[in-house]
Amino acid sequence: MAKRYTPAMEKLDRKKVRNKSAMSTSPAKEAWIRLKRNRLAVAGMIILLLLILTAIFADFIAPYGIDEQNYSDVLQAPSLKHLFGTDNYGRDIFSRVVYGTRISLPIGFICVFLAYLFGGILGAIAAYYGGRADMVIMRILDIFQSIPPMLMAIAIAASLGTGVVNLVIAISVSTMPARARIVRAAILSVKNSDYIESARSVGASSRRQLLKYMLPNALGPILTNVTFSIATAILTVSSMSYLGLGIAAPTPEWGSMLSAGRSFIRTSPHILIFPGVAIMITVLALNLFGDGLRDALDPRLK
Amino acid sequence: MLRYILKRILWMIPVVIGVLLIVFTLSVITPGDPVDNMVGPDATVEAREAAREEMGLNQPVYVRFVKYVWGVFTRLDLGTSYSNRQPVAKEIMHRFPVTLKLTLASVIVALAIALPLGVLSAVKQYSWVDNITMASALFFVSIPQFWFALMLLLIFSVKLQILPASGINGIRSWILPVAMIGVGNVGNLARVTRSSMLEVIRQDYIRTARAKGQRKSVVIFKHGLRNALMPVIANVGNTIGVSLGGAVVAESIFSIPGVGQFMLNAINSRDWPSVQGGIVVLAITFSIVMLLVDIVYTIVDPRLKTEFQARAKTKRKKGAAA
Repeated sequence: MAKRYTPAMEKLDRKKVRNKSAMSTSPAKEAWIRLKRNRLAVAGMIILLLLILTAIFADFIAPYGIDEQNYSDVLQAPSLKHLFGTDNYGRDIFSRVVYGTRISLPIGFICVFLAYLFGGILGAIAAYYGGRADMVIMRILDIFQSIPPMLMAIAIAASLGTGVVNLVIAISVSTMPARARIVRAAILSVKNSDYIESARSVGASSRRQLLKYMLPNALGPILTNVTFSIATAILTVSSMSYLGLGIAAPTPEWGSMLSAGRSFIRTSPHILIFPGVAIMITVLALNLFGDGLRDALDPRLK
Repeated sequence: MLRYILKRILWMIPVVIGVLLIVFTLSVITPGDPVDNMVGPDATVEAREAAREEMGLNQPVYVRFVKYVWGVFTRLDLGTSYSNRQPVAKEIMHRFPVTLKLTLASVIVALAIALPLGVLSAVKQYSWVDNITMASALFFVSIPQFWFALMLLLIFSVKLQILPASGINGIRSWILPVAMIGVGNVGNLARVTRSSMLEVIRQDYIRTARAKGQRKSVVIFKHGLRNALMPVIANVGNTIGVSLGGAVVAESIFSIPGVGQFMLNAINSRDWPSVQGGIVVLAITFSIVMLLVDIVYTIVDPRLKTEFQARAKTKRKKGAAA
């Protein structure tokens, strides 16, 4: 037999609810508290912060200039004078790795921003309007996705030529379909919620429903994916540059530094170590942060 | 279900046309005159026009596209190379097996390593085995593939001199390329397996199976893993896509004569039909793989099967009513 719901019980329940709301103010804040408790995520955040600071203050951190050549110090092994050694032009590898943060980080961010901007619009339209619009958009994305992203990026870069702008276009376009899908799925998951219905019933416009109610509530999985996408974009930028399809030689991009150092693998392997470590640390930090973000935003998954 | 599979197979036709349209568009917007790459810099106007005519480049864009699609569908003709005037399809076909083998080998090896690790990690959640496995998985997904390859070369070919640095001769030359392409996949698949397994382990039917006295190993593998495999299968398709891209990089690093190396050389010599052909062949391969994964998925997942049966029933009812 079910217990009757007495006024005393109701009072107790209300108290519980009140206490709970006093402890936590908003889901975002709760997520932040969970994120702060995750030591690995905090480590990722700190590394990212340090990398961003390195990029901003590169001029003060790097002991030598990007293109400062010193022919008396060619292919030196790491020493106190040159922490990471020098390359075949006598350039200080430490300084070049430091300046590399100014390339990989912003390009990673921009690629993901653009992919999400255009992919997001497509995904949001598909999810919001559904029906035929959804079908057409998703089928077109299917076709785009039948070319693996790396190959698509190679094809676009081959067609447009090398350079920063073309590389950004190549990576953004090749990853856009996947981002559109993420946004679509996220919006679909909140589309039929009661609060959306109530917004619609008081006459909120489509734009208002989408931007003000759906997007903020669908942001969780999108944010997590943004973090992982930046990691992937940075990996792709460096691989493309390694293949000679991205950022060309004199620029201290980590991938192109490795490409240029490839022929010295037998004589001066130190050239090949540090730029790769820099890429790995950056990507690792983003992945740690992304993992933490995912667990914080959706504690069920832990 | 058969209807779905048939539909899915027919869908391949627009996909292939779409892929052809994408790569063809890229070839049209590429700056510069393709004739420059076919004749020398000091060729006469007549020679240039003759080359243009020979390649059919004097026709309007849409005519060229329709001819291209027609050629691909009727004769598997991927065009003619600008640099050596050979049919691209022939050049690619004898390189394709290497790329395919490399890709599949790396995916199979990655699965063979990642599945047991993922299951072990989930079963022993928060133990030291789990911690070490997940930490290494995180490292593996964060390592830049090409750099990992360079480090492998440095250690095993340059320092220890036990594995060849380039080419494909014998089983030992496959080890480093497969390791390079597979490293990220191992990390990724182990993570997917673990989280999927964790989700399944918490289900009621697992508790029931244990409660009725079934052995732990049977519960894990028969009741748990079989259900946990679904997201992994869904992930294998993507993994193969990533690995095809990885194979291109691997072929460049280890000088393996596959489609990827062929394409990269073609990019350098601005031989667009060859680039285009390589992309088309790899994209179609990927689409076929995705098709197979989809079909396997519908056959293996009992939930989908019942859904199809239910849908067929309602359709029949509707037909009867009308």
